[in-house]
Amino acid sequence: MLKGHAACPGCGATILLRHVLKALGPRTYMVIPASCSSVIAGPYPKSSFAVPLLHMAFAASAAAASGMVEALEKMGRRDVNVVVWAGDGGTVDIGLQALSGAAERGHNILYICYDNEAYMNTGIQKSGSTPPKAWTTTTPTGNPGFKKDMPSIMAAHRVPYVATLNPAYPNDIVKKVEKAASIRGLKYLHAFSPCPPGWRFDASLTVKVARLAVETGVWVLYEVEGGVFRLTGPSKHLLDPSRRKPVEEYLRLQGRFRHLTESDIEELQRMVDENWEKIAQLVEEGK
Amino acid sequence: MSAGRRVLTGNYAAAYAVRAAKPDVISAYPITPQTPIIEKLSEFVDSGELDARFIRVESEHSAMAAVIGASSVGARTYTATSSQGLFYMYEVCWWAAGARLPIVMGVVTRALGPPWSIWSEHSDFYALRDSGWVMYFASSAQEVYDLTLQAYMVAENGDVLLPAMVGWDAFEVSHTYEPVELLDEEEAGSLLPAKGGRVNVLSHEDPASLGNLAYPEDYIRIRYGMRRAMEAAGRVASEAGRRYGEISGRDYSSPLECYRCEDAEVLYVVMGSIVGEAIDAVDRLRGEGVKAGLVRVRLYRPFPYAELGELLGRAGNAIIVNRASRFGGYGALTGDALAAAAEAGARIDYLEVAAGIGGVDVTSDDFVGMYKMFRAGRRGTVWWMR
Amino acid sequence: MSEVFARPQIGAVGAGSWRTERPVVDGSKCILCGLCWLYCPDAVVEIDERVVIDYDYCKGCGICAQVCPVKAIEMVRER
Repeated sequence: MLKGHAACPGCGATILLRHVLKALGPRTYMVIPASCSSVIAGPYPKSSFAVPLLHMAFAASAAAASGMVEALEKMGRRDVNVVVWAGDGGTVDIGLQALSGAAERGHNILYICYDNEAYMNTGIQKSGSTPPKAWTTTTPTGNPGFKKDMPSIMAAHRVPYVATLNPAYPNDIVKKVEKAASIRGLKYLHAFSPCPPGWRFDASLTVKVARLAVETGVWVLYEVEGGVFRLTGPSKHLLDPSRRKPVEEYLRLQGRFRHLTESDIEELQRMVDENWEKIAQLVEEGK
Repeated sequence: MSAGRRVLTGNYAAAYAVRAAKPDVISAYPITPQTPIIEKLSEFVDSGELDARFIRVESEHSAMAAVIGASSVGARTYTATSSQGLFYMYEVCWWAAGARLPIVMGVVTRALGPPWSIWSEHSDFYALRDSGWVMYFASSAQEVYDLTLQAYMVAENGDVLLPAMVGWDAFEVSHTYEPVELLDEEEAGSLLPAKGGRVNVLSHEDPASLGNLAYPEDYIRIRYGMRRAMEAAGRVASEAGRRYGEISGRDYSSPLECYRCEDAEVLYVVMGSIVGEAIDAVDRLRGEGVKAGLVRVRLYRPFPYAELGELLGRAGNAIIVNRASRFGGYGALTGDALAAAAEAGARIDYLEVAAGIGGVDVTSDDFVGMYKMFRAGRRGTVWWMR
Repeated sequence: MSEVFARPQIGAVGAGSWRTERPVVDGSKCILCGLCWLYCPDAVVEIDERVVIDYDYCKGCGICAQVCPVKAIEMVRER
């Protein structure tokens, strides 16, 4: 990731990218569908990515990566990483079909979804990954939908490795990226990507928002390796609800949740707590 | 020089040609009437006769995306589809051309729904005419075989580097058996450029990006590069067709097939397998003293305006048969034919006929009937209904 | 033909002109922990003997100042 890229100030995705690309190294081929990163990559004839990169139509990143990795292997280049770097819209909505197909076929690719929880590149419209009640330009009174649980969907495809990432925890990122790169098959990483203009917070607070997401239990750091669920990083210690900060601390920093009522916040807190009960069960099963 | 004759359908002929071309990656999604192509290719791959990766994608959009991904890193590729499938992959077809990737695709032409139809029509084929794809149309299983190999020769040529497609009629060609002369696989391979010689290949040894955002002044320069490539493709296709003829005995140096067209006073302009019936009609009319002839377009893009314009200018009269529904305007082939005449400075009398739509058979009686209509003064557009 | 390729280049855009504030490091407070380097989205922080910021491409987001554990970085209005 080269300096002088075109991301907004404080972009969470570029913090992620720096650490992901460093962990992967130069023998890495990227496929990027229509997304913020298509623009962050810089205008022709310059590129902010010092790796070979194929820009691709919105729905097709996983399919393009499938073809790319098969070609590279056929031509004798097996010791390289083929990585999709896609936004949430291009993964859970329009890109879901291609990703599902690629996962079922089991190509040796690393698919990373950087989730800024809306269609940010086109101006903050709701996606299937927008959390409930969040403001977006197409849900101006709050999102009536729920957030698709993409890592679980990928785990249900029986891929060898699924994990979540968060830019506030770079060590966790590097460990998981290195582990994923060492496994053959389709590896899915879902990364929390705070967006200052889209979530309505000051650009200096990106890391703080990311950290609070984990500390409140809203964003869970975990991996599913060979079907076995395991919490990682600080999330390991958050099974006890008293150790989780109240969700309100995370919500209150973001203008996209400013319109929430007391009962809205209680509901979101309940949803987080219920999710953790399910996690507790998964942790038990994983033992 | 020939590896022998086999009795093949048009679809199987495509599969044999692809086998001879030795692609690295094939990706396809099933759709009637394309399926036998990919079934035969799967057999070749599983038996080891064809050393290629076959990606059984979950949609046509993904099929084209997969071969784009493969081609971008230097692989030779193939895909095939039809009608609804072609239109599902439509945006990525334009992507392939803009990315200057020499992908080869077979399109078994089929009418579009609703209402559902599985029979032949050229509407799907025509819809790609502005995309930057080199476009051939075969009229027989032999031509499917020959043109598929030539498609690789043209697409991968360093002056071209555009994707190339071969279209052929559903069922009438795709599923109809005829004897096909195959090339010796070594010779077929020697006609194609060596693999690994392409310059525009993504590699970690020399990182670059393909497809970045481009501001308007840069965008137009990049697209103009495609224009120049397409202009070169006409010359390259002719040379490829000539070389192909030297090896096979079947010359393809002309983008057109001319039947009794040299001294014709009225020309049928056709594309695809209906040419067989049109040839019969020409012979019948000649028997009645009418100086009929026909021109079949075999290379549709880049369109042979100069060659067709000259023939139309000499004849002065044309019956242009579009095998496509077209609403609110002239058919694609008509537009190109009239532009050819205009460029040649020729004023021609013409009748456009929309025939064979939805797979309706077009017989030599129909062709003769079209001529009679024309002679009786009918002009403009006629939809040939049964 | 490589005309369709874009090449890697530092400074694909002149991002330094975007900012309204710039981070200023107080070397006497800085403990060289590296957190500013770790979290800078624009990779403009370099640490050798001291923290150096590439103001050609710093967008002034303020993350470095926010994460600094000893408050050694102050965001100063650009004139």
